[in-house]
Amino acid sequence: MTALLYGVAAFLLANISVGLYRVARGPTHLDRMLAAQLLGTTGIAVALVLAEATGNPGGRDVALVLAVLATLAAVFFVRRFRFGAGGTASR
Amino acid sequence: MTILDVLSTALLLAGCFFFLAGTVGLLRFPDVYCRLHALTKADNLGLQLVVLGLALRAESPFTAGKLLLIWLLALLASATIAHLVAHLARREGYPPWTR
Repeated sequence: MTALLYGVAAFLLANISVGLYRVARGPTHLDRMLAAQLLGTTGIAVALVLAEATGNPGGRDVALVLAVLATLAAVFFVRRFRFGAGGTASR
Repeated sequence: MTILDVLSTALLLAGCFFFLAGTVGLLRFPDVYCRLHALTKADNLGLQLVVLGLALRAESPFTAGKLLLIWLLALLASATIAHLVAHLARREGYPPWTR
């Protein structure tokens, strides 16, 4: 069963590396942010699968922190482009 | 191979398939709005199936509950981010792709 879990983790990592093409290619900065979100969501899945495969329960905490950080990164990204380069709200 | 192992394996493989579908959509769709659809819907469904497959193998109900809470957080975050990114794209004037 752990062989299947390692295979799933390897497949998800291949997904991430293929999705990085969108970071290089994406015509707008929003496309690059979408690829970063792909990295976040797939990274959560990889962390959870590896936590189960190696029997180390710390991977679940890694997945939780990654979920929060990916969300914050996207929110700060949108905020920066909405309110200008300073990033502070004008209202 | 108990029935739990078979079910968990099936859920994990289905989750992998949906992650692949989301990545293919991210690469192949013609517009940022379409890529947003592929990313937030297909990838989150894949994450849901993977989390369900792992929660079946969890050693205690608390672990399964923790996994489901991680999934709920990722789901809510993706929905919010989809709305924010689409709104920003509209504000910046990117036209939606038409045939």
